[in-house]
Amino acid sequence: MLGRSANGIFWMFRYLERAENTARLLDAGFRMALTRGDSASAEEWRSVLVTMGLDQAYAARRSDYTGTQVCNFILRDKDNPGSVLAMIEGARTNARMVRTAITREVWEATNETWMTLKDMLSRPVRETNLGELLGTIRRQATYVRGAMDGTMLRNDIFNFARIGTFLERADNTARILDVKYHVLLPSVAWVGSSLDHVQWETVLRSVAGDRAYRWLNAGGMDARGIAAFLILDGRFPRSLAFCYEKLRSNMASLARAYGEETDAHELLRGAGARLHQTTIEQIVEAGLHEFIVDFIACNIDVANAIAQDYRFTD
Amino acid sequence: MTATQTAQYDEMFGPDGGVRPAYAGYDEWYRAQDPAWLRKQSSEAERFFRRTGITFNVYGDDAGEERLIPFDMVPRIITAAEWRKLSRGIEQRVRALNAFLHDVYHRQEIVRAGKLPERLLRENEAYLPVMAGFVPPGGVYTHIVGIDLVRTGPDEFMVLEDNARTPSGVSYMLENRETMMAMFPELFTQVRVRPVSDYPRRLARSLAASAPPAAQFGAGERPTVAVLTPGIYNSAYFEHAFLADQMGAELVEGSDLRVVGGRIAMRTTRGWQPIDVLYRRVDDEYLDPLTFNPNSALGVPGIMDVYRAGGITIANAPGTGISDDKAIYSFMPEIVEFYTGEKPILQNVPTWRCSEPQSLQYVLDNLAELVVKEVHGSGGYGMLIGPTSSRKEIAAFAAKLRARPDNYIAQPTLSLSTCPIFTKAGLAPRHVDLRPFVLVSPNGVDITPGGLTRVALKKGSLVVNSSQGGGTKDSWVLED
Repeated sequence: MLGRSANGIFWMFRYLERAENTARLLDAGFRMALTRGDSASAEEWRSVLVTMGLDQAYAARRSDYTGTQVCNFILRDKDNPGSVLAMIEGARTNARMVRTAITREVWEATNETWMTLKDMLSRPVRETNLGELLGTIRRQATYVRGAMDGTMLRNDIFNFARIGTFLERADNTARILDVKYHVLLPSVAWVGSSLDHVQWETVLRSVAGDRAYRWLNAGGMDARGIAAFLILDGRFPRSLAFCYEKLRSNMASLARAYGEETDAHELLRGAGARLHQTTIEQIVEAGLHEFIVDFIACNIDVANAIAQDYRFTD
Repeated sequence: MTATQTAQYDEMFGPDGGVRPAYAGYDEWYRAQDPAWLRKQSSEAERFFRRTGITFNVYGDDAGEERLIPFDMVPRIITAAEWRKLSRGIEQRVRALNAFLHDVYHRQEIVRAGKLPERLLRENEAYLPVMAGFVPPGGVYTHIVGIDLVRTGPDEFMVLEDNARTPSGVSYMLENRETMMAMFPELFTQVRVRPVSDYPRRLARSLAASAPPAAQFGAGERPTVAVLTPGIYNSAYFEHAFLADQMGAELVEGSDLRVVGGRIAMRTTRGWQPIDVLYRRVDDEYLDPLTFNPNSALGVPGIMDVYRAGGITIANAPGTGISDDKAIYSFMPEIVEFYTGEKPILQNVPTWRCSEPQSLQYVLDNLAELVVKEVHGSGGYGMLIGPTSSRKEIAAFAAKLRARPDNYIAQPTLSLSTCPIFTKAGLAPRHVDLRPFVLVSPNGVDITPGGLTRVALKKGSLVVNSSQGGGTKDSWVLED
């Protein structure tokens, strides 16, 4: 396949993944804000912006941090090149570019996603329709993924799509952890307070992990357990360990199909080993924040190495 | 020849209102349908096209603005006997076009014989000196041709235009049929229609048969074919992607290609891979910045050198656009006869060359009744349709005509045949043309039955171009 097509499908799926994760993040932020006073919810919205790397862009244009203002900025603001609408458009543009690499079903699902969301996001988002809108974003992303799963040949094209998906997902989960790591650190004063519980639940909700975590822990909840769940639990589809296992298997398929490994494989092996050979105790001991910062940097290195090794650009 | 109108020919209904034989089966089906259900299907069709992304971009609109070409669900129907005659005429014309192009770039016998003014070649921007003396692989110049036909009577089909450069629209031919079959499956069990769906396979086979000398592939392997597109903002991008997808070929852009070891190679995830046949949908001018427009980013620097050395087949060959020129068109009857030794089966529309003083005078005197076109123009732009233009527009055009007579030809306002379209009030006649698609390879000429019918959706309008509000129809050739 063409290097440009690999790049196109890689980004198509990164954008779709990011749009879906953004919808979850906003949903969790919105629930959190509902239960708290104005200043605390402003703080929550600010942290959502920081998670997405949009805090400075937002601060340059607005000074108040209300839910609808922040949501409109993140979802549809024309001044925000990282808006969800821009991501969906980016996904669709990339899909058009790699039209020959995807099935008709995948293309139509992507095109319909764009048509639906472009229409919904052509009007300002209000609190009353936010839930429906975020639900639609998640559903449409699921629709594209389903078309992908049901119709695509399992070849290099599929591998690059999955690699894009899991690099992005790992990055998104890591960024949520990066912004929220302080609430997951053991703190003498706050342990067991109800505020902790709300915070923890928000973190879990923003990665659709609240139900799974409760189920695994018989309803119990603790900071270290949540951090371990999101970083190390290979059963949870948005954990770093899960994403890296998927990256490993897709990269292994590529190596088999192409008959050779690349530098990116080496890099990925190192990153995978760091995740698998560590415990949550060691991570907290050495610093949760440092661990996450290192992880995000390494994730970027892996993405760059893949782009280079597989000739995404000239 | 005068420009007076003859009675208009409707392809479905005779002058007495009776249904013509070609449409008998369709009419029977149509009359059995519930009109309300048909109206619902008509709006369904638009949603279907939008969802599948069968759109085109209109130049001058905002980047990314995508429009639909309206689809009309009444098919345009041609009988087996009509098609036999048409395809004989088309094949004759396409063979003549290829022989003409070979001659133009070699000894120009047709000029020596006094049948064509040398000036028309020398002054033609589409003539490429770099092609002189070079024979493309397999001797084929126009691998893909679209011949635009109009009908004016029961037995009168005329060629309006030859498209030997880069004819587009074949994806609409295919998608229109898909749409019709999805919407009205039972109709196709009642009326036997010749299929068109194997066009992409035939295109792939035809292109593969034109591989260059340098192509290396083992027994049982096929040459590597790629489609070159200017990119997603090109008006015909959907078609480029569609054809590549259907052929199982790579869809490449100029930035994916470079010269590697005397071949044109594409950058794949596994390194540079040579291409044997390039179906290019990029104009000559942008094909090679080293040979043509130096500012082009759409082409491949050095591709013309590789081409001339036998390293790649370019389809269609550079420089074929010369036969799309409307001044050359006016000589097509002579061209057909010169190269085939036969009388042309398909007639030209009578054409006045404004470069000739007598013709110019006639055209100026009769502008209100004529259609005047630029010789290099396409897409329905830059033309005057006398009968529907104001006095002021005609006067302004006359001034342009006097200033540059060479730049124009004129034709009578033809009474194009009509075919009904589906409207809220039922069937209503609208003018149509037909673009059959022709494939040429060293193995011969291959014509897909039917083609693309374009229809002027405005009542009385003669302009069928999609860029100017025209629509399309499924085109049927009936089985014998």
